[in-house]
Amino acid sequence: MIPEIGHFALILALCLALVQGTFPIIGAHKGIIGWMELARRAALGQFVFMAIAFIALTHAFIVNDFSLVYVANNSNTALPLQYRISAVWGAHEGSLLLWGFILSIWTIAVAIFSRSLPLDTVARVISVMGLISIGFILFMLLTSNPFDRIPLERIPVDGRDLNPLLQDIGLVMHPPMLYMGYVGFSVAFAFAVAALLGGKLDATWARWSRPWTAIAWVFLTIGIALGSWWAYYELGWGGWWFWDPVENASFMPWIVGTALMHSLAVAEKRNAFKSWTVLLAIFAFSLSLLGTFLVRSGVLTSVHAFATDPARGVFILLFLGVVIGGSLSLYAWRAPTIKSVGEFKLLSRETLLLCNNVLLIVVTATILLGTLYPLLLDALGLGKISVGPPYFNSVFVPITTLLAILMGIGPLARWKSNDPDKFKKQFYIPALISIILGSAFVALVYGDFPLLAVLGVTLAIWIVATIILDLKNKLTHRQNKLVALTSLPRSYYSMTVAHIGIAVFIVGITLTSHYSVERDVRMSQGKSLSLAGYDFKFVGVDKQRGPNYESHIGVVQVSKQGEHIVTMHPEKRYYIVQQNPMTEAAIDAGLFRDIYVSLGEPLPGGEAWAVRLYYKPFIRWIWLGAIIMSIGGLLAATDKRYRVLLKRTARNSADNTAAAKA
Amino acid sequence: MPILPKHAHRRKKLGLILLMITGVGVAVGMVTMALKENINLFFSPSQVLAGEAPINHTFRIGGMVRTGSVKRSDKSLDVNFDVTDTAKNLPVVYTGILPDLFREGQGIVAMGKLRDDGVFVASEVLAKHDETYMPPEAAEAIKNAQKMQATLKE
Repeated sequence: MIPEIGHFALILALCLALVQGTFPIIGAHKGIIGWMELARRAALGQFVFMAIAFIALTHAFIVNDFSLVYVANNSNTALPLQYRISAVWGAHEGSLLLWGFILSIWTIAVAIFSRSLPLDTVARVISVMGLISIGFILFMLLTSNPFDRIPLERIPVDGRDLNPLLQDIGLVMHPPMLYMGYVGFSVAFAFAVAALLGGKLDATWARWSRPWTAIAWVFLTIGIALGSWWAYYELGWGGWWFWDPVENASFMPWIVGTALMHSLAVAEKRNAFKSWTVLLAIFAFSLSLLGTFLVRSGVLTSVHAFATDPARGVFILLFLGVVIGGSLSLYAWRAPTIKSVGEFKLLSRETLLLCNNVLLIVVTATILLGTLYPLLLDALGLGKISVGPPYFNSVFVPITTLLAILMGIGPLARWKSNDPDKFKKQFYIPALISIILGSAFVALVYGDFPLLAVLGVTLAIWIVATIILDLKNKLTHRQNKLVALTSLPRSYYSMTVAHIGIAVFIVGITLTSHYSVERDVRMSQGKSLSLAGYDFKFVGVDKQRGPNYESHIGVVQVSKQGEHIVTMHPEKRYYIVQQNPMTEAAIDAGLFRDIYVSLGEPLPGGEAWAVRLYYKPFIRWIWLGAIIMSIGGLLAATDKRYRVLLKRTARNSADNTAAAKA
Repeated sequence: MPILPKHAHRRKKLGLILLMITGVGVAVGMVTMALKENINLFFSPSQVLAGEAPINHTFRIGGMVRTGSVKRSDKSLDVNFDVTDTAKNLPVVYTGILPDLFREGQGIVAMGKLRDDGVFVASEVLAKHDETYMPPEAAEAIKNAQKMQATLKE
């Protein structure tokens, strides 16, 4: 009964999405206030029904309703409750439902926090989001319905269980966060399309888009970081990024989103780059859509997975075509009317931000090429190839280097124009300091001198050094430094914090990539081995039983110079229903190093196991950097400026209506 | 010079445009080179044994792990096994820990180089997903091999 309610709620949500996607947008065009006012109500209704559908599916998982195909394929009575709930978005159908549900949450958020926006803008924005929602709900109902039933006589006694890889806290949190980010970009997209439709691409539009974009970006940052952290401890071989197409799919919208945040700043402050910014908003969301479909449609495991369910494939291509083609056509039609008025000289913050944008787009384009090229060749029958990590690294490293250099220069430039000589001179000292410190750090701590490692550390110090220089400039002529510090705008702090996050991140990547020590070894009971100054003693293996798995637990004692540090328990689990073995690595985490031990397999010839021992310096800095970046984004999103503006425009529009009435 | 625009700001603009074009050109060149160097082709065991695969160049193979062929060394982490597309068997050697889902009869994809003696030295072995899953490349290799055998019998 309850699954039918869910199914029915999904259909009703579709009806409301149809209303939301048509009437308000037409109303805005024709000036019919009643139709425009429908936007908020339809959005609320759609949210309620999407929530009912989502709860209905969750309920089916909680009560183990194996009469649903989706539940039978992805759950099991022995599966612990928290994983039964997260199994809702463990596969294709349910993750689409989560996507749609999150879209309705964002729409409601826009409806609530847009009180001060002109009614026609709100109507257009919510309408565009409704149109996207139509696409997703239709996709679910036509090709991927999570509420599909199994015929009565074939209902299984128990389900096939959730993929063991997904039975983990990291994967419980990763998809919702990622989707909050993906779908969040739909707001910036809807604002851009609405502005194109209404012909009002002004500073207000940019100011409105900024906090929404920042929040979406924060979610995406956390989502990607969670995914990388999960891959690190769960996949059992200690990597944190593989340039896997699935990862690239989430990384591309992030990069374009980053570019969008920077160009929105120019659009708002200087009234320039406006049509470019609109284009970025369209790209960011298009890549989010592409990412969702690439990962979930199975097209990445094989282009032919597309053909196994032609309806899905055709729908996805059509949907992407309509969204991307439609918005780009609208752009081509309306963009020539946009005039950017802000003028600037060659050496100005505008130019430097333009460089930032160009570089970020180049990175995205190269990643897109590396990700789609094999798919394209395969689809055309030109052979099977794969593009390896070296390709991505060889393009990513030089461009990121340029970006990091710019990151030090850009924030110190003023808008419009700068005196070249004076501007250049101030960077000599920070550049010198960072080169000296960077080289010294690598040489003294590690005793060697690989150029890339020196470059990475130098760039990180450069970013921080220029931030300090900037702060010094800002405080030089102030009497009370403390008051001066607190009176700096929130936006300044958000930028600074985010950039420090990047610096921390760069340190993490650089040192982990260069100084990790990894060894796969054969260890028999009682055997000791030393690695990176630590001694590992393999005590033995115990057998234990978990809720839905059996497990071998290894005991490894780690000591340094005779002093006991930690006893580690790497696990090898065997999931009974899915008949899958799983490696659960044991990790001793630290700010400056991780020790990582995972069990391979039992070996012939006595009580020996294949064991993987890793020493990973500074790896935590990668995720720490992501967290700091997110804090920066959060600061940007919660800038008081936007709230003050909210109130002011609200008062203005109230005054206007009052004046109109009088 | 007559070719250059008269106005200073136009000259600047021209310079900027030229700079961007050069930049984009360099970027495109670098990317194509990187792509060319890092593409890994795929060969089936039949193709490798027919001598179609390059020696000393990284490529991927795929197929099933032949039942009864996996031999672990007693002393090191070396492991020998055959990858088969049901028509031909390709001997493979790998050093290290195999993925969780590696077992006999399972479809795998491996990356590595062909040694002069015809043994494939794998640097990476991929066996992902669940027990019923077959990597698409491996599945196709097997399908093609069976088709070939069928035509040979006729």
